[in-house]
Amino acid sequence: MEASRHWRLKQERYTLMGEICPHCKEKIFPPRDFCPACGEDARNLFQFSGRGEVYSFTTVYQAPAGYEENAPYTIALVRLEEGPMLTAQLTDMGDETVEIGMPVEMVTRRLRSDGERGMLVYGYKFRPQLARAISA
Amino acid sequence: MTDHKVPPILKPIRDVGIVGYGAYIPRYRLPAREVARIWRAGGGGTLFEEKAVSGLDEDVITMSIEAARNALARAGIDPDEIRAVWVGSESHPYSVKPTSTVVAEAIGATPHTQAADWEFACKAGTEAIQAAIGFVGSEMARFALAIGMDTAQGRPGDPLEYTAGAGGAAYLLGPAEISLATIESSYSFATDTPDFFRRANEKYPEHGERFTGEPAYFKHITSAAQTLMQAINASPSDYQHVVFHQPNSKFPQRVGRTLGFKPEQIETGLLVPLIGNTYAGSALVGLTAVLDIAEPGDRILLVSYGSGAGSDAFSLRTTELLPERRNQAPYTQDYIARRTEIDYATYARFRGKLTMK
Ligand SMILES: [Zn+2]
Repeated sequence: MEASRHWRLKQERYTLMGEICPHCKEKIFPPRDFCPACGEDARNLFQFSGRGEVYSFTTVYQAPAGYEENAPYTIALVRLEEGPMLTAQLTDMGDETVEIGMPVEMVTRRLRSDGERGMLVYGYKFRPQLARAISA
Repeated sequence: MTDHKVPPILKPIRDVGIVGYGAYIPRYRLPAREVARIWRAGGGGTLFEEKAVSGLDEDVITMSIEAARNALARAGIDPDEIRAVWVGSESHPYSVKPTSTVVAEAIGATPHTQAADWEFACKAGTEAIQAAIGFVGSEMARFALAIGMDTAQGRPGDPLEYTAGAGGAAYLLGPAEISLATIESSYSFATDTPDFFRRANEKYPEHGERFTGEPAYFKHITSAAQTLMQAINASPSDYQHVVFHQPNSKFPQRVGRTLGFKPEQIETGLLVPLIGNTYAGSALVGLTAVLDIAEPGDRILLVSYGSGAGSDAFSLRTTELLPERRNQAPYTQDYIARRTEIDYATYARFRGKLTMK
Protein backbone atom coordinates (compact mmCIF):
# COMPACT_ATOMS: atom_id res chain seq x y z
CA MET A 1 0.00 0.00 0.00
CA GLU A 2 1.33 3.42 -1.02
CA ALA A 3 0.60 5.31 2.24
CA SER A 4 2.24 2.63 4.31
CA ARG A 5 5.35 2.63 2.11
CA HIS A 6 5.55 6.41 2.50
CA TRP A 7 5.28 6.03 6.28
CA ARG A 8 8.04 3.41 6.31
CA LEU A 9 10.40 5.59 4.27
CA LYS A 10 9.93 8.44 6.73
CA GLN A 11 10.43 6.15 9.70
CA GLU A 12 13.60 4.88 8.08
CA ARG A 13 14.96 8.38 7.51
CA TYR A 14 13.75 10.08 10.74
CA THR A 15 14.25 7.33 13.28
CA LEU A 16 16.38 4.50 11.83
CA MET A 17 13.49 2.09 11.53
CA GLY A 18 14.79 -1.07 9.87
CA GLU A 19 13.83 -4.72 9.76
CA ILE A 20 14.63 -7.94 11.58
CA CYS A 21 14.73 -11.32 9.85
CA PRO A 22 12.18 -13.71 11.41
CA HIS A 23 14.31 -16.68 10.33
CA CYS A 24 17.88 -15.87 11.41
CA LYS A 25 17.30 -12.68 13.50
CA GLU A 26 19.63 -10.62 11.29
CA LYS A 27 18.96 -6.89 11.77
CA ILE A 28 18.61 -5.06 8.49
CA PHE A 29 19.22 -1.40 7.54
CA PRO A 30 18.20 0.09 5.21
CA PRO A 31 15.07 -2.07 5.06
CA ARG A 32 14.87 -4.16 1.87
CA ASP A 33 12.20 -6.77 2.73
CA PHE A 34 14.57 -9.70 2.34
CA CYS A 35 17.39 -10.89 4.53
CA PRO A 36 20.92 -10.36 3.16
CA ALA A 37 22.20 -13.09 5.52
CA CYS A 38 19.87 -16.00 4.72
CA GLY A 39 17.97 -14.76 1.65
CA GLU A 40 14.51 -15.27 3.19
CA ASP A 41 11.67 -12.71 3.32
CA ALA A 42 12.14 -10.21 6.16
CA ARG A 43 9.46 -7.57 6.73
CA ASN A 44 9.22 -7.28 10.52
CA LEU A 45 9.99 -3.73 11.67
CA PHE A 46 12.94 -3.17 13.97
CA GLN A 47 13.78 0.09 15.74
CA PHE A 48 17.55 0.59 15.88
CA SER A 49 18.99 2.17 19.03
CA GLY A 50 20.88 4.79 17.03
CA ARG A 51 24.16 4.00 18.77
CA GLY A 52 27.22 2.93 16.83
CA GLU A 53 30.82 3.78 16.05
CA VAL A 54 32.78 5.40 13.25
CA TYR A 55 34.20 2.74 10.93
CA SER A 56 35.72 5.12 8.40
CA PHE A 57 35.30 8.76 7.35
CA THR A 58 36.10 11.45 4.80
CA THR A 59 35.76 15.23 4.70
CA VAL A 60 33.73 16.90 1.96
CA TYR A 61 34.90 20.36 0.86
CA GLN A 62 33.06 20.65 -2.47
CA ALA A 63 29.49 19.96 -1.45
CA PRO A 64 26.78 18.97 -3.94
CA ALA A 65 23.87 21.37 -4.60
CA GLY A 66 21.64 21.90 -1.56
CA TYR A 67 24.43 21.05 0.91
CA GLU A 68 26.83 23.98 0.27
CA GLU A 69 26.12 25.88 3.47
CA ASN A 70 27.28 22.94 5.59
CA ALA A 71 30.64 22.51 3.84
CA PRO A 72 33.17 21.45 4.86
CA TYR A 73 31.57 18.47 6.63
CA THR A 74 32.45 14.89 7.46
CA ILE A 75 30.76 11.83 5.99
CA ALA A 76 31.27 8.61 7.96
CA LEU A 77 30.63 4.93 7.58
CA VAL A 78 28.94 4.12 10.88
CA ARG A 79 28.64 0.59 12.21
CA LEU A 80 25.43 0.37 14.27
CA GLU A 81 25.72 -1.60 17.52
CA GLU A 82 23.13 -4.04 16.11
CA GLY A 83 25.43 -4.79 13.16
CA PRO A 84 24.50 -2.96 9.94
CA MET A 85 26.75 -0.31 8.42
CA LEU A 86 25.44 2.93 6.94
CA THR A 87 26.75 6.20 5.51
CA ALA A 88 25.79 9.46 7.21
CA GLN A 89 26.98 12.98 7.88
CA LEU A 90 28.60 13.68 11.26
CA THR A 91 27.35 16.75 13.11
CA ASP A 92 27.96 18.68 16.36
CA MET A 93 31.67 17.89 16.19
CA GLY A 94 32.51 21.23 17.86
CA ASP A 95 36.26 21.14 18.34
CA GLU A 96 36.46 17.33 18.54
CA THR A 97 38.38 15.44 15.85
CA VAL A 98 36.87 12.37 14.22
CA GLU A 99 38.56 9.06 14.98
CA ILE A 100 38.00 5.51 13.84
CA GLY A 101 36.06 3.71 16.58
CA MET A 102 34.59 6.93 17.99
CA PRO A 103 31.22 6.23 19.69
CA VAL A 104 28.43 8.13 17.94
CA GLU A 105 24.63 8.39 18.23
CA MET A 106 21.85 9.18 15.79
CA VAL A 107 20.15 12.57 15.76
CA THR A 108 17.48 13.86 13.37
CA ARG A 109 18.72 17.02 11.66
CA ARG A 110 18.08 19.21 8.66
CA LEU A 111 19.78 17.47 5.74
CA ARG A 112 19.23 20.17 3.13
CA SER A 113 16.98 23.04 2.17
CA ASP A 114 15.99 23.70 -1.42
CA GLY A 115 16.70 27.43 -1.25
CA GLU A 116 14.84 30.07 0.80
CA ARG A 117 11.48 29.04 -0.65
CA GLY A 118 11.89 25.27 -0.81
CA MET A 119 11.09 22.31 1.39
CA LEU A 120 13.26 21.48 4.36
CA VAL A 121 14.42 17.87 4.34
CA TYR A 122 15.07 16.12 7.66
CA GLY A 123 16.87 12.88 8.31
CA TYR A 124 19.49 11.06 10.37
CA LYS A 125 23.01 12.24 11.12
CA PHE A 126 25.39 11.08 13.83
CA ARG A 127 27.15 13.04 16.58
CA PRO A 128 29.67 12.15 19.30
CA GLN A 129 27.80 10.35 22.10
CA LEU A 130 26.65 12.79 24.77
CA ALA A 131 28.62 12.37 27.98
CA ARG A 132 27.13 12.41 31.47
CA ALA A 133 28.35 15.58 33.15
CA ILE A 134 26.88 14.97 36.59
CA SER A 135 25.86 11.93 38.57
CA ALA A 136 22.59 11.94 40.46
CA MET B 1 -12.03 42.23 37.43
CA THR B 2 -14.85 40.57 39.37
CA ASP B 3 -14.69 38.64 42.62
CA HIS B 4 -14.90 34.91 42.08
CA LYS B 5 -17.08 32.65 44.18
CA VAL B 6 -15.16 29.71 42.77
CA PRO B 7 -11.35 30.09 42.63
CA PRO B 8 -10.34 30.86 38.99
CA ILE B 9 -7.83 28.04 38.87
CA LEU B 10 -7.67 25.28 36.25
CA LYS B 11 -8.25 21.82 37.66
CA PRO B 12 -9.18 18.74 35.60
CA ILE B 13 -11.58 15.98 36.72
CA ARG B 14 -8.91 13.30 36.58
CA ASP B 15 -5.53 14.02 38.21
CA VAL B 16 -2.76 14.62 35.68
CA GLY B 17 1.01 14.64 35.91
CA ILE B 18 4.29 14.74 34.03
CA VAL B 19 4.99 11.18 32.90
CA GLY B 20 8.18 12.11 31.04
CA TYR B 21 10.27 15.24 30.47
CA GLY B 22 13.23 16.02 28.26
CA ALA B 23 15.51 18.98 27.62
CA TYR B 24 17.49 20.05 24.61
CA ILE B 25 20.24 22.67 24.47
CA PRO B 26 22.49 22.98 21.40
CA ARG B 27 26.26 22.66 21.63
CA TYR B 28 27.52 26.12 20.66
CA ARG B 29 27.97 29.10 23.04
CA LEU B 30 28.37 32.77 22.19
CA PRO B 31 29.94 34.65 25.13
CA ALA B 32 28.47 38.08 25.95
CA ARG B 33 31.95 39.61 25.57
CA GLU B 34 31.93 38.58 21.89
CA VAL B 35 28.72 40.52 21.25
CA ALA B 36 30.14 43.49 23.18
CA ARG B 37 33.42 43.32 21.20
CA ILE B 38 31.62 43.61 17.86
CA TRP B 39 29.16 46.32 18.83
CA ARG B 40 31.56 48.19 21.19
CA ALA B 41 28.89 48.22 23.87
CA GLY B 42 29.01 47.71 27.62
CA GLY B 43 26.12 47.15 29.99
CA GLY B 44 24.28 44.27 28.36
CA GLY B 45 27.28 42.02 28.76
CA THR B 46 27.18 42.17 32.53
CA LEU B 47 23.69 40.63 32.77
CA PHE B 48 24.70 37.16 31.63
CA GLU B 49 27.74 35.12 30.64
CA GLU B 50 26.88 33.37 27.40
CA LYS B 51 24.04 31.98 25.34
CA ALA B 52 23.40 28.70 23.53
CA VAL B 53 23.39 28.86 19.73
CA SER B 54 21.97 26.18 17.44
CA GLY B 55 24.12 24.63 14.70
CA LEU B 56 23.66 24.98 10.94
CA ASP B 57 21.47 21.89 10.67
CA GLU B 58 19.30 22.63 13.72
CA ASP B 59 15.96 24.36 14.10
CA VAL B 60 12.86 24.16 16.32
CA ILE B 61 11.83 20.92 14.59
CA THR B 62 15.09 19.03 15.17
CA MET B 63 15.49 20.40 18.71
CA SER B 64 11.90 19.45 19.59
CA ILE B 65 12.48 15.94 18.26
CA GLU B 66 15.44 15.39 20.57
CA ALA B 67 13.66 16.83 23.63
CA ALA B 68 10.59 14.70 22.83
CA ARG B 69 12.73 11.56 22.52
CA ASN B 70 14.22 12.30 25.93
CA ALA B 71 10.73 12.72 27.41
CA LEU B 72 9.61 9.42 25.86
CA ALA B 73 12.72 7.61 27.12
CA ARG B 74 11.82 8.69 30.67
CA ALA B 75 8.14 7.85 30.23
CA GLY B 76 8.78 4.42 28.76
CA ILE B 77 5.39 4.38 26.99
CA ASP B 78 4.35 3.38 23.46
CA PRO B 79 4.28 6.61 21.35
CA ASP B 80 1.24 5.22 19.54
CA GLU B 81 -0.77 6.11 22.69
CA ILE B 82 -0.01 9.85 22.34
CA ARG B 83 -3.06 11.78 21.15
CA ALA B 84 -1.56 15.28 20.89
CA VAL B 85 1.81 16.68 19.84
CA TRP B 86 1.87 20.42 20.45
CA VAL B 87 4.88 22.68 19.91
CA GLY B 88 4.99 26.24 21.28
CA SER B 89 7.59 28.51 19.66
CA GLU B 90 8.33 31.94 18.22
CA SER B 91 10.67 30.43 15.65
CA HIS B 92 8.80 27.71 13.77
CA PRO B 93 10.87 26.97 10.60
CA TYR B 94 7.84 27.23 8.31
CA SER B 95 5.19 29.97 8.34
CA VAL B 96 2.47 27.56 7.28
CA LYS B 97 3.57 23.91 7.41
CA PRO B 98 3.35 22.74 11.06
CA THR B 99 6.42 21.91 13.16
CA SER B 100 4.34 19.44 15.15
CA THR B 101 3.60 16.98 12.32
CA VAL B 102 7.32 16.43 11.65
CA VAL B 103 7.98 15.98 15.37
CA ALA B 104 5.03 13.58 15.72
CA GLU B 105 6.27 11.52 12.77
CA ALA B 106 9.84 11.39 14.08
CA ILE B 107 8.82 10.07 17.50
CA GLY B 108 6.37 7.51 16.11
CA ALA B 109 3.18 9.23 17.35
CA THR B 110 1.54 9.43 13.89
CA PRO B 111 -1.09 8.98 12.58
CA HIS B 112 -3.58 8.73 15.50
CA THR B 113 -2.74 12.12 16.96
CA GLN B 114 -3.60 15.80 17.13
CA ALA B 115 -0.73 17.97 15.91
CA ALA B 116 -0.59 21.74 16.27
CA ASP B 117 1.80 24.65 16.71
CA TRP B 118 1.15 27.14 19.50
CA GLU B 119 1.99 30.81 19.63
CA PHE B 120 1.90 33.24 22.54
CA ALA B 121 5.39 34.73 22.68
CA CYS B 122 7.38 33.09 25.48
CA LYS B 123 4.47 31.25 27.07
CA ALA B 124 3.42 29.19 24.05
CA GLY B 125 4.92 26.06 25.65
CA THR B 126 3.15 26.39 29.01
CA GLU B 127 -0.14 27.06 27.21
CA ALA B 128 0.35 23.77 25.37
CA ILE B 129 0.94 22.09 28.76
CA GLN B 130 -2.32 23.48 30.13
CA ALA B 131 -4.20 22.27 27.07
CA ALA B 132 -2.53 18.86 27.43
CA ILE B 133 -3.68 18.74 31.07
CA GLY B 134 -7.20 19.32 29.76
CA PHE B 135 -6.87 16.55 27.17
CA VAL B 136 -5.65 14.02 29.70
CA GLY B 137 -7.72 15.31 32.62
CA SER B 138 -10.96 14.96 30.67
CA GLU B 139 -9.97 11.41 29.65
CA MET B 140 -10.07 12.36 25.97
CA ALA B 141 -6.49 11.09 25.83
CA ARG B 142 -4.17 9.01 27.97
CA PHE B 143 -1.08 10.96 26.86
CA ALA B 144 -0.42 14.38 25.32
CA LEU B 145 2.96 15.90 24.49
CA ALA B 146 3.65 19.63 24.98
CA ILE B 147 6.89 21.29 23.88
CA GLY B 148 8.32 24.80 24.32
CA MET B 149 11.34 25.41 22.07
CA ASP B 150 13.01 28.41 20.44
CA THR B 151 16.00 29.54 18.42
CA ALA B 152 15.47 33.16 19.35
CA GLN B 153 16.77 36.06 17.26
CA GLY B 154 17.67 39.64 18.11
CA ARG B 155 18.50 42.33 15.58
CA PRO B 156 22.32 42.65 15.30
CA GLY B 157 23.51 45.15 17.91
CA ASP B 158 20.15 45.24 19.74
CA PRO B 159 20.25 44.49 23.50
CA LEU B 160 18.23 41.33 22.74
CA GLU B 161 21.21 39.94 20.85
CA TYR B 162 23.09 39.40 24.11
CA THR B 163 20.43 37.14 25.52
CA ALA B 164 18.41 35.52 22.69
CA GLY B 165 19.42 31.86 23.07
CA ALA B 166 18.36 28.44 21.79
CA GLY B 167 16.84 25.51 23.68
CA GLY B 168 13.73 24.19 25.34
CA ALA B 169 11.97 21.15 26.72
CA ALA B 170 9.25 18.57 26.09
CA TYR B 171 6.69 17.33 28.63
CA LEU B 172 4.57 14.23 28.27
CA LEU B 173 1.38 14.65 30.30
CA GLY B 174 -0.47 11.56 31.46
CA PRO B 175 -2.37 9.99 34.38
CA ALA B 176 -1.11 11.16 37.79
CA GLU B 177 -0.67 7.61 39.13
CA ILE B 178 2.21 6.89 36.71
CA SER B 179 3.73 10.39 36.87
CA LEU B 180 7.17 11.62 37.91
CA ALA B 181 5.50 14.83 39.14
CA THR B 182 1.80 15.49 39.61
CA ILE B 183 0.15 18.77 38.65
CA GLU B 184 -1.58 20.01 41.82
CA SER B 185 -3.26 22.88 40.00
CA SER B 186 -2.62 25.58 37.44
CA TYR B 187 -3.82 29.08 36.64
CA SER B 188 -3.62 31.48 33.70
CA PHE B 189 -3.55 35.29 33.85
CA ALA B 190 -3.75 37.40 30.64
CA THR B 191 -4.26 41.05 29.68
CA ASP B 192 -3.77 43.14 26.54
CA THR B 193 -0.31 44.65 27.15
CA PRO B 194 1.80 45.66 24.11
CA ASP B 195 5.31 45.20 25.55
CA PHE B 196 7.04 43.22 22.79
CA PHE B 197 5.91 42.21 19.35
CA ARG B 198 6.97 41.13 15.89
CA ARG B 199 4.78 41.85 12.86
CA ALA B 200 4.12 38.92 10.54
CA ASN B 201 6.75 39.70 7.89
CA GLU B 202 9.53 41.07 10.08
CA LYS B 203 12.57 38.97 10.98
CA TYR B 204 13.35 40.65 14.31
CA PRO B 205 11.02 41.70 17.14
CA GLU B 206 10.31 45.19 18.46
CA HIS B 207 10.17 45.93 22.16
CA GLY B 208 8.55 48.91 23.82
CA GLU B 209 11.25 49.63 26.44
CA ARG B 210 9.00 51.15 29.06
CA PHE B 211 6.56 48.24 28.97
CA THR B 212 8.95 45.35 29.52
CA GLY B 213 9.23 45.75 33.27
CA GLU B 214 6.50 46.72 35.73
CA PRO B 215 3.12 46.42 33.96
CA ALA B 216 4.26 43.43 31.93
CA TYR B 217 6.65 40.82 33.36
CA PHE B 218 6.34 41.69 37.05
CA LYS B 219 2.59 42.30 37.19
CA HIS B 220 1.66 39.15 35.28
CA ILE B 221 4.02 36.77 37.06
CA THR B 222 3.17 38.16 40.49
CA SER B 223 -0.59 37.98 39.86
CA ALA B 224 -0.41 34.45 38.45
CA ALA B 225 1.76 33.11 41.28
CA GLN B 226 -0.21 34.79 44.06
CA THR B 227 -3.65 33.80 42.75
CA LEU B 228 -2.61 30.17 42.34
CA MET B 229 -0.94 29.90 45.75
CA GLN B 230 -3.88 31.58 47.46
CA ALA B 231 -6.40 29.25 45.79
CA ILE B 232 -4.56 26.12 46.94
CA ASN B 233 -3.55 27.51 50.36
CA ALA B 234 0.16 27.38 49.60
CA SER B 235 2.87 29.87 50.49
CA PRO B 236 6.42 30.36 49.13
CA SER B 237 7.92 28.41 52.05
CA ASP B 238 5.95 25.29 50.96
CA TYR B 239 8.09 25.04 47.81
CA GLN B 240 11.56 23.57 47.49
CA HIS B 241 11.99 25.10 44.01
CA VAL B 242 10.50 27.88 41.92
CA VAL B 243 11.10 28.52 38.22
CA PHE B 244 10.14 31.76 36.47
CA HIS B 245 10.39 32.87 32.87
CA GLN B 246 13.94 34.23 32.62
CA PRO B 247 14.64 36.89 29.97
CA ASN B 248 17.73 37.79 32.06
CA SER B 249 18.97 36.99 35.59
CA LYS B 250 17.64 40.12 37.27
CA PHE B 251 13.93 39.81 36.48
CA PRO B 252 13.34 36.31 37.94
CA GLN B 253 15.48 37.11 41.00
CA ARG B 254 13.54 40.30 41.65
CA VAL B 255 10.09 38.81 41.08
CA GLY B 256 11.07 35.91 43.36
CA ARG B 257 12.10 38.31 46.13
CA THR B 258 8.86 40.29 45.73
CA LEU B 259 6.80 37.11 46.10
CA GLY B 260 8.76 35.98 49.18
CA PHE B 261 11.04 33.28 47.73
CA LYS B 262 14.67 32.86 48.82
CA PRO B 263 17.57 32.81 46.32
CA GLU B 264 18.21 29.08 47.00
CA GLN B 265 14.67 28.25 45.81
CA ILE B 266 15.35 29.93 42.45
CA GLU B 267 18.96 28.83 41.92
CA THR B 268 18.61 25.35 40.33
CA GLY B 269 16.18 26.39 37.62
CA LEU B 270 17.90 29.66 36.73
CA LEU B 271 19.77 28.76 33.53
CA VAL B 272 19.70 32.10 31.68
CA PRO B 273 23.31 33.10 32.55
CA LEU B 274 24.54 29.89 30.86
CA ILE B 275 22.19 29.42 27.88
CA GLY B 276 20.49 32.80 27.37
CA ASN B 277 16.78 33.51 27.11
CA THR B 278 15.27 30.59 25.25
CA TYR B 279 11.86 32.31 24.95
CA ALA B 280 9.15 29.62 24.76
CA GLY B 281 11.75 27.20 26.15
CA SER B 282 12.90 29.43 29.00
CA ALA B 283 10.85 28.44 32.07
CA LEU B 284 10.36 24.90 30.72
CA VAL B 285 14.05 24.07 30.35
CA GLY B 286 14.61 25.59 33.81
CA LEU B 287 12.08 23.10 35.21
CA THR B 288 13.96 20.16 33.64
CA ALA B 289 17.10 21.14 35.59
CA VAL B 290 15.00 21.08 38.79
CA LEU B 291 13.41 17.69 38.02
CA ASP B 292 16.92 16.32 37.40
CA ILE B 293 17.83 16.81 41.06
CA ALA B 294 14.54 17.10 43.03
CA GLU B 295 13.68 14.65 45.84
CA PRO B 296 10.38 12.74 45.83
CA GLY B 297 7.68 14.83 47.51
CA ASP B 298 9.30 18.17 46.62
CA ARG B 299 6.92 20.93 45.60
CA ILE B 300 7.80 23.12 42.62
CA LEU B 301 6.16 26.33 41.42
CA LEU B 302 6.50 27.13 37.70
CA VAL B 303 5.45 30.52 36.28
CA SER B 304 5.89 31.46 32.64
CA TYR B 305 5.51 34.85 30.99
CA GLY B 306 4.62 35.71 27.42
CA SER B 307 4.58 39.22 26.02
CA GLY B 308 1.27 40.55 24.90
CA ALA B 309 0.81 39.51 27.78
CA GLY B 310 0.14 36.57 30.08
CA SER B 311 1.49 34.17 32.69
CA ASP B 312 0.71 30.51 33.35
CA ALA B 313 1.41 29.20 36.86
CA PHE B 314 1.66 25.52 37.88
CA SER B 315 2.04 23.90 41.27
CA LEU B 316 3.80 20.50 41.02
CA ARG B 317 4.70 17.74 43.45
CA THR B 318 7.33 15.15 42.54
CA THR B 319 6.71 11.42 43.11
CA GLU B 320 8.66 8.31 44.10
CA LEU B 321 9.07 7.43 40.41
CA LEU B 322 11.25 10.44 39.60
CA PRO B 323 14.74 9.38 40.85
CA GLU B 324 14.92 6.17 38.84
CA ARG B 325 13.21 7.37 35.65
CA ARG B 326 15.24 10.54 35.21
CA ASN B 327 18.29 8.39 34.50
CA GLN B 328 16.72 7.20 31.24
CA ALA B 329 17.76 10.38 29.35
CA PRO B 330 20.52 13.01 29.47
CA TYR B 331 20.37 15.58 32.26
CA THR B 332 20.05 19.25 31.41
CA GLN B 333 23.48 19.82 32.97
CA ASP B 334 24.92 17.26 30.50
CA TYR B 335 23.79 19.50 27.65
CA ILE B 336 25.11 22.60 29.41
CA ALA B 337 28.50 20.93 29.91
CA ARG B 338 28.68 19.96 26.21
CA ARG B 339 29.97 23.37 25.23
CA THR B 340 31.92 24.72 22.27
CA GLU B 341 32.63 28.44 22.28
CA ILE B 342 32.17 30.29 18.99
CA ASP B 343 33.08 33.81 17.86
CA TYR B 344 30.73 36.39 16.39
CA ALA B 345 31.62 35.48 12.79
CA THR B 346 30.70 31.82 13.28
CA TYR B 347 27.54 32.91 15.08
CA ALA B 348 26.56 35.13 12.16
CA ARG B 349 27.04 32.19 9.79
CA PHE B 350 25.09 29.75 12.01
CA ARG B 351 22.17 32.10 12.49
CA GLY B 352 21.86 33.09 8.84
CA LYS B 353 22.85 36.70 9.50
CA LEU B 354 25.14 36.23 6.49
CA THR B 355 23.46 34.56 3.55
CA MET B 356 25.23 32.86 0.66
CA LYS B 357 22.72 34.07 -1.95
ZN1 LIG C 1 17.77 -14.09 7.77
